[in-house]
Amino acid sequence: MKKPILILPCSGIGKSFGSIARDATFRVCDELRPGKADTLCLSLLVMGDDEARNKVASSKCITIDGCPLACSRNNVERSGGRIAVEFRVMDLLRENRGLKPREVTFLDEDGEKLSRVLADKVAAKVDELMEEPE
Amino acid sequence: MKIRPKIGVVSCSGECCGLGTLSRVATRLVLEDLRNDQTVTICLPLFLTGEIQEHGFAKEYPTIAVDGCGKLCAKKAITTYSKEPAASVDVEALLKEWEVESPKNRRVLDANNVKTARRLAELLAEKVDKIQEAP
Repeated sequence: MKKPILILPCSGIGKSFGSIARDATFRVCDELRPGKADTLCLSLLVMGDDEARNKVASSKCITIDGCPLACSRNNVERSGGRIAVEFRVMDLLRENRGLKPREVTFLDEDGEKLSRVLADKVAAKVDELMEEPE
Repeated sequence: MKIRPKIGVVSCSGECCGLGTLSRVATRLVLEDLRNDQTVTICLPLFLTGEIQEHGFAKEYPTIAVDGCGKLCAKKAITTYSKEPAASVDVEALLKEWEVESPKNRRVLDANNVKTARRLAELLAEKVDKIQEAP
C-alpha cells in the first residue's frame, strides 16, 4: 500500500488565509481523500520531533501557505522534506477576486468557498502524486 | 496610572487533532472578543523559525502558551527562544479535569465544542487579567 501524501498547512492565526489553508487540509485528509492524504503538526515538526521529521523526510509533501512568509514550505524544506507541490492561498485569491474572506476564527461564506476550491485542487494533486512511483 | 502591558497569547494550532483547533479557536475568541485591546498573537511556526524580531515577541510581551496536547510545543518554544511564559494551558489535561470530551472533528467544532472553546477562552481572559494586574 502506498504511503499517504502529507499535507502541511501553515495554520497562520493572524488572518483568514491561514484558516483557509488549515480548513482545506482537513477537508482533504478527513473527507475527500481519507487514507490517501495525511497531515501532522507543523509546530511539532519545527520543534525537531524525530517522528515528525522522519515522516516528512519519507513522504511526498504538499505545503499550503497563507502568506508570503511561507512558514510551511520553509519548515518542510529545513526538515529535509520533499515538497512535491506548494499552494499559496494568495494565488487562489487572485484567481477568485470576487471572494473576500474576513473571518479567522470561524470561516465566513467566502472563506468556506475558497477552502472548498483549494481542497478540490489539493485532492486532485493527491491523486496525481499517488499515481506516480514512490 | 498603571500602564497595563499587552499580553501575547500563543496557540499551538496543532493539526493532528481537534485539540489544536480548540486551542486556536479559544485563542482567537480572546483576541477578537474577550480581551481585544489587551492581547496580541503570533503564528507559532513563524515564531519558531523567526529571528530576533519574532523571538523578541515573548520578551516584549508577557505570554500565555495555549497547547492542545501534552507535547507542549508552544510552551517549549517560548521557553527555548525567549523566556518562560507568564502562564500556560495544556488543553488536553484541562478537558480531563473538566470531564469534557475532546472534539471529534478537527475542521468543524460542534455546539458543545464551541461551548468548551468559550469556557477555555474565559479562562485565558482571566489569566490575561491576572498577569496585567500583577505588580
